[in-house]
Amino acid sequence: MSGALLDIEELRVELPGAARPVLDGVSLRVAAGEVVGLVGESGSGKSVTARSALGLLPPGARQRGRVLVDGQDVLTADRAALRGLRSGAVSMIFQDPRAGINPVRRIGDFLTEPLRLTHRWPRRRAEERAAELLAAVGLPDLRLDRYPHELSGGMLQRVMIAGALAGEPRLLLCDEPTTALDVSTQAEILALLGGLQRERGLGLLLITHDIELAAAGCDRVYVMYAGRIVEHAPAAELFGHPRHPYTMGLLGSTPPLRGPLKRLEPVPGTPIGLDQAAPGCAFAARCAHAQAGRCETAVPELLPLASGRAVACVRAVELAEPAEEVRS
Amino acid sequence: MSTVAVRIGPLLRRLGGGERLFKACLGVLAALVLVALLAPWLAPQDPTVGDFADTMAGVSAQHWLGTDQGGHDTFSALLLGARTSLLGPLGVVVFAGLGGIAVGLFSGWRGGWVDAVISRVLDILFAFPSLLLAILAVALFGKGLGAPVLAMAVAYLPYTARLVRGLTAQEKTRPYVAAYLVQGHAAPYVAVRGVLPNIAPTVLAQSTVNFGYALLDLAALSFLGLGVQPPTPDWGAMINRAQSAVLAGQPLSAEVPVAAVVLAVVAFNVVGERLGERSAR
Amino acid sequence: MSLALALLRRLAGTALTLLVTSFLVFSSLYLAPGDPVSFLVRGRSPNPAELAAIRRQFGFDQPFLLRYWHWLDAAAHGDFGRSYLFHENVAAVIGARLPASLLLVTVATVLIAVVGIGAGGLGALRRGSRTDGAVLLMVTVGAAIPSFAAAILLRSVFGVKLGWFPTIGNGSGLLDQLHHVLLPAVALSVTFMALVTRVTRSSMIDQLGREHVEVALSRGAPRLAVLRRHVLRNALGPIVTVSGLLVSGMLVSTAIVETAFGMSGIGSLLVQCVDQLDFQVVQALVLLVVAAFVLVNTAVDLLYPLIDPRVARKETR
Repeated sequence: MSGALLDIEELRVELPGAARPVLDGVSLRVAAGEVVGLVGESGSGKSVTARSALGLLPPGARQRGRVLVDGQDVLTADRAALRGLRSGAVSMIFQDPRAGINPVRRIGDFLTEPLRLTHRWPRRRAEERAAELLAAVGLPDLRLDRYPHELSGGMLQRVMIAGALAGEPRLLLCDEPTTALDVSTQAEILALLGGLQRERGLGLLLITHDIELAAAGCDRVYVMYAGRIVEHAPAAELFGHPRHPYTMGLLGSTPPLRGPLKRLEPVPGTPIGLDQAAPGCAFAARCAHAQAGRCETAVPELLPLASGRAVACVRAVELAEPAEEVRS
Repeated sequence: MSTVAVRIGPLLRRLGGGERLFKACLGVLAALVLVALLAPWLAPQDPTVGDFADTMAGVSAQHWLGTDQGGHDTFSALLLGARTSLLGPLGVVVFAGLGGIAVGLFSGWRGGWVDAVISRVLDILFAFPSLLLAILAVALFGKGLGAPVLAMAVAYLPYTARLVRGLTAQEKTRPYVAAYLVQGHAAPYVAVRGVLPNIAPTVLAQSTVNFGYALLDLAALSFLGLGVQPPTPDWGAMINRAQSAVLAGQPLSAEVPVAAVVLAVVAFNVVGERLGERSAR
Repeated sequence: MSLALALLRRLAGTALTLLVTSFLVFSSLYLAPGDPVSFLVRGRSPNPAELAAIRRQFGFDQPFLLRYWHWLDAAAHGDFGRSYLFHENVAAVIGARLPASLLLVTVATVLIAVVGIGAGGLGALRRGSRTDGAVLLMVTVGAAIPSFAAAILLRSVFGVKLGWFPTIGNGSGLLDQLHHVLLPAVALSVTFMALVTRVTRSSMIDQLGREHVEVALSRGAPRLAVLRRHVLRNALGPIVTVSGLLVSGMLVSTAIVETAFGMSGIGSLLVQCVDQLDFQVVQALVLLVVAAFVLVNTAVDLLYPLIDPRVARKETR
């Protein structure tokens, strides 16, 4: 898989004062035209992973590893290169457009800002482009002099998406793009993102806590827990045959998009915080299948299995069969 | 508060103060009160009598903090000056507190249009800076402490009234008030006996901070020669008289009372802010 | 339509406040002990013609409200009566001293804005650092130093000891005036500088943590542009809101600073006229300061939608 748009290799990010790394040995790839899901509970490190692709790590963070965008290492890039990247090849769509778009500036200003400030376009040309972008996200009649508070949440998220498209990006990072919206507009925004991705052949990284959503819309899915990738598989495989107990737990705690509604079983316990470190598998404390002496001693490696997937669980193979039976 | 209410306490604390700072400031206040009470016995000399043979003197065994251009002993003046310098602000805070509590309780309890009208009037009073009102009072009633203290109480009243009004309106919705009323107690009784004790700590905290600002305003007034009149010793008046010494290059007799004012203002501010944090809990 | 209505309502509110405050200032004369005429001419021996002029001006035979109306009408036309100290119209007396005070307040305002916003912004950007500690120390010390103390210290150090600045008077010619006004302006601005620094610092810290700032950075906007267009721009609200307080506070404090530096201006005029019993001048000056507060606050209210467009909608509803 050479020619990946985004290629994160063994990324480790440490914050001062934290007991464990925010990210530990995270490797992740997104190729052009591919939709990749990144799933995990809040605090698992999925947003930090996505932000690393923009070189936006929290202040004071120490990082190791490589983050390649289009073959260029983001972590070692200088300011100018980083700005070029942010206003060009990579764009991010944030969770809450109300918080993400400056409330005291007009939406035209939001849309044209990178074009005018970084690419030095004249105002007229940038505004024409902004109008095209608004049309592309289904808001052809929206005037550029409107303020964010005059728009609904769904419209504003469309503006956010239009803004993300301004620099003709090839990689789109979507951080919980529908979480802050009402249910009725969530599907519209997802459909819009899917359409744009196909039309433009974008690489898309979808960050979500909703594993069903990821399974339904993505080609491949990474599952994250406490800063580590614990499972990685093609979406259909992951959805049909989860191998990591955590993935199984997530699937059990989400209402299915299709089929009869079963009783939901939440994953017991709470994810471990940055102030806690586990010598072995970070999930062991919450895992129904944890075995004393095996799970708490060493951190399980992310080991490749058949059919292009990988699992970080010492019991992955033995658990596979009974899990199959439960499912069918 | 005509001058601007900057909260000194929290800032000092962020600079590494904390509980020790609070205790130190409390100690300063206690010392100030003690000095004011015992000044006639503590003062080594009579500061109203000038020794013309020894003017603008530096620190010496005879004059611990030197003398001013009239040969008055600065140390003794500082001790005796604490009396008027603390008495004035005390008057302001007591009058503003009592008035503010009465107006705020009434306004917050009654609510409706009465509340709206009172709030509007208070807003208008905010347009009068306290020092300006004090100066106007002097223009009308003559120099001295009495009229300016009352005028400043009027200027400070809106702050207390607004605080009490908000707290009362909030407190009124609490179940215990309804319980009192159901038991047949009259509304004024409930307001004074039930509500007031619950908001008193917050009012006390605000009054402590205001004490510092009132002290500053009154010192400014005396500095302008409109407040406490010589020979009565007063910090502001001392600074006023020391100006010629400053021009003569002997600023000590000005620096001493300035330091006293600054120290007192900081101490009142820190203690008041801390009391406010405690009552907010 | 509704915007014009809101504007009209706000202006009506301002007019009402001005009316009430002017009434309070007017009626304060009648609080003075004794007969108003003899109060106004205290300490002087006016001739019968002057006494008659006072009676005519105040119309003491008319009902109270009518007297107020005439006074207000005259004041609106710039007639605030006569100064018995200067034997001139009050308006002329004040007018002659206003420019010096305005220069003082303007220089102080520039200092406050530059140092306050600069230091506050620096503290916010370097939050928790040594620089920030220095800024906080400056705020603390500045807030604790009353303007008369600042005046004495500055005068003693830079005027007397070092001799860099004149210690008395206004100076003549623009450069000389600026030279004379600089120390007083610093003394005047210390307290307010502390206020503006503190407000700027906390407001900018609040904005720096906002997601829209991260979004702007994530889209490749230059850091400096983000600071200006998103952080400082959004932090302006609280800073501008204190300006009413700032203007009236500074106008009153000119009394202290001008007196301390032996300058001629409306502040020292106020003190002089209180001292020498020239009440009509005092009355006019009080009205001036109060009106300045009310008008600046109105201006801030009216301009606020430009700073935060979300407010405009709330008001027009």
